[in-house]
Amino acid sequence: MSELLIDNISMRFDLPGGGHVQALKDVNLKLKTGELMSVLGPSGCGKTTLLNIVAGFLAPSEGDIVLNGHKVEGPDAERGMVFQQGALFEWMSVRDNVSFGPRMTGKSRADYTPTVDHLLEVVGLQDFKEKAVYELSGGMQQRVALARCLANDPDVILMDEPLGALDALTREKMQSLVLDLWKDTGKTIILITHSVEEALLLGERLLVMAPRPGRVHKEYNLPFADLGVGNDLREVKKHEDYSTTREEILEMIWNMEEEIMGRAEESA
Amino acid sequence: MIGLLLIFLYAAAFFGTFVIASRLFKKLFESRGFNKLKTVTFGDESAVIANRLASVVSVLTVFWLWVAFTNSSIPLPKMPGPFIGDTSFTYTATLEDGTTDEATITVRVFREDIQLTLDDDGNAGVAPDVPEVEPGDGFAKNDSTTIARYGFKVINVWTNDEVSKKDGSLVTALNGIPVEPGDKIRTDAGEIGLTDKGTPTFSPATGFRMARLYLPAPEIVVERFFRLNSEGYQGYSLFQHTRYSLQRVLIGFLLGALVGIPIGYAMGLTNWSRGWFDPIVEFMRPIPPLALIPLIIIWFGIDEEGKVVLLFLAALWIMIIAARSGVSGVAISKVHAAYSLGASKTQILTKVIVPNSLPEIFTGARVAMGVCWGTVVAAELVAANVGLGKMIVSASKFQQTDVIIVGIIVIGVIGFLIEVGMRKLESWLVPWKGRV
Ligand SMILES: Nc1ncnc2c1ncn2[C@@H]1O[C@H](COP(=O)(O)OP(=O)(O)OP(=O)(O)O)[C@@H](O)[C@H]1O
Ligand SMILES: [Mg+2]
Repeated sequence: MSELLIDNISMRFDLPGGGHVQALKDVNLKLKTGELMSVLGPSGCGKTTLLNIVAGFLAPSEGDIVLNGHKVEGPDAERGMVFQQGALFEWMSVRDNVSFGPRMTGKSRADYTPTVDHLLEVVGLQDFKEKAVYELSGGMQQRVALARCLANDPDVILMDEPLGALDALTREKMQSLVLDLWKDTGKTIILITHSVEEALLLGERLLVMAPRPGRVHKEYNLPFADLGVGNDLREVKKHEDYSTTREEILEMIWNMEEEIMGRAEESA
Repeated sequence: MIGLLLIFLYAAAFFGTFVIASRLFKKLFESRGFNKLKTVTFGDESAVIANRLASVVSVLTVFWLWVAFTNSSIPLPKMPGPFIGDTSFTYTATLEDGTTDEATITVRVFREDIQLTLDDDGNAGVAPDVPEVEPGDGFAKNDSTTIARYGFKVINVWTNDEVSKKDGSLVTALNGIPVEPGDKIRTDAGEIGLTDKGTPTFSPATGFRMARLYLPAPEIVVERFFRLNSEGYQGYSLFQHTRYSLQRVLIGFLLGALVGIPIGYAMGLTNWSRGWFDPIVEFMRPIPPLALIPLIIIWFGIDEEGKVVLLFLAALWIMIIAARSGVSGVAISKVHAAYSLGASKTQILTKVIVPNSLPEIFTGARVAMGVCWGTVVAAELVAANVGLGKMIVSASKFQQTDVIIVGIIVIGVIGFLIEVGMRKLESWLVPWKGRV
């Protein structure tokens, strides 16, 4: 069984002026292939750090990331990444952005052209192939980013607030798109978000992290992602467990934020 | 005096044409949309759009002022001109025994640029002859002389008199008005007076127009422009002077870019190169290229080689810094994205970092071209055999103001074209600049 193993990860940043920040402490997680896990937590609790370690951009101070039985040593095409914004290549057309991965890994044009065309159709950008990315709206740009990541057919997709910069309506549409893509492709996905609603709707599993040091606080297994596939997400929100879980998580994060503020005041 | 008048007229034209134009073309002056709310928005240039009518009127105003303050033949309203033609005044000579006699001085005022004025056959004009006058009676005889406009002449009236100055003949009145040495009297034609030693002087009225030496009329400059092309100046046509200057700039700039961009990339990519080049770049950057000219002349002489080295140095630091900040400015998320899409280090360099740095490099190139153009002209002013700067500095030695003005206009137009051309090239090659 192939899976992503986050094995006892700790991360310490040494500060230039001496001292250090314990960004993560003893994080253990196991994701089965095809699972979608959303990650919530107050600002600064180490979500991005964790994702960067999984992506291979950062080496953890302790612990290992193991994917399908081998240890992660650096960034690789098997782990795709979708950023909040500004990670597209402005000097390339939409099509060239999407085909970037296959081209870099040396696939032939004949090989990747059908995939790229298909992905552009899936994200609804078949009519914008030749456009420059800076001519597209924010929502369209994120769809390009999704397609670009999928074009490489990665085993794991890592998303750091991919919909954070979008307006509420576009965001809702994109949430449906992410769910559909997840079900169609069967990818393992880790999705960081600041929106509790988004985490509930998209996360089959939902991880709440606590700060100082960054650690796993609580994990949920949720039915909403499966309900949401192919359905209107607004209907899902009417589910009775939805609002109770939402309130519970909001309360939890709220208390963490309160605590951080209190500590900041004490030390001041 | 003329300067103040010019400034006053220019300011009056600015406000006057605004009042007139805003009455005549009401439509053009209405502010529409939200921009009318932010006409006083500091730092937001987009709120203020140039009124092109004002630009046209502005250029026409400068042209008109040029005509109005010179002896131009273009039929536009002009300032009162200098006196030209014949005029006369009288002087009264008194002998030691008290006898007096009056005689007339006739002065013919001619164009100061008569030798430079060509007729239809291309022959230069000649200064006119002295007007013929009757000697008249009495011991003081009538005199006549010629003088160029804007000139000043001391007239030795005793040369034909029966009693010389040495023998006690003194000028005691001019135009019947008693005068002492050093006095001056205004007349319609100019100013008459006595020197401190008592000799009559005359300077014709200058009006408010400038002599050709100070500012030639527009048509003279235009004519000079064509003659500089056909006859050339000091062995080279205007086109050749221009070509030499441009060629130096292009070669110097290209060498600077060719060397500077790779160094800038290296500085942006490796710690060793950053540390190695930092002191040199930071030291050389604030030195104005002009300050290097003396050293360059000692090392390379005044020929092409020295010019190219100077322009190379002028462009080099700018291009290094542009390329360096272009590389440093790449968003880390782009590099991360490329890595997780399977790109290798080399691919990230060529496919992400280089294209991402192009807008910065273009900005640097535009600045560098501008600096090079300014530097080449200055370098030619100091020492050169040919070039636009050389042309105007030689012309200044011979007081050929029209050549200087042609040179300045060509320098300005080419500088402007370089700027516009670089902007066009920029929006063509890096269309995403400033849009992400
Ligand atoms: N390169 C670094 N050097 C030093 N400290 C760092 C570094 N990167 C992150 N940190 C610290 O580690 C902690 C976790 O940061 P991280 O960016 O992972 O938080 P986050 O949960 O993603 O926050 P947000 O929700 O605001 O994005 C923070 O306290 C941050 O200041
Ligand atoms: Mg983050």
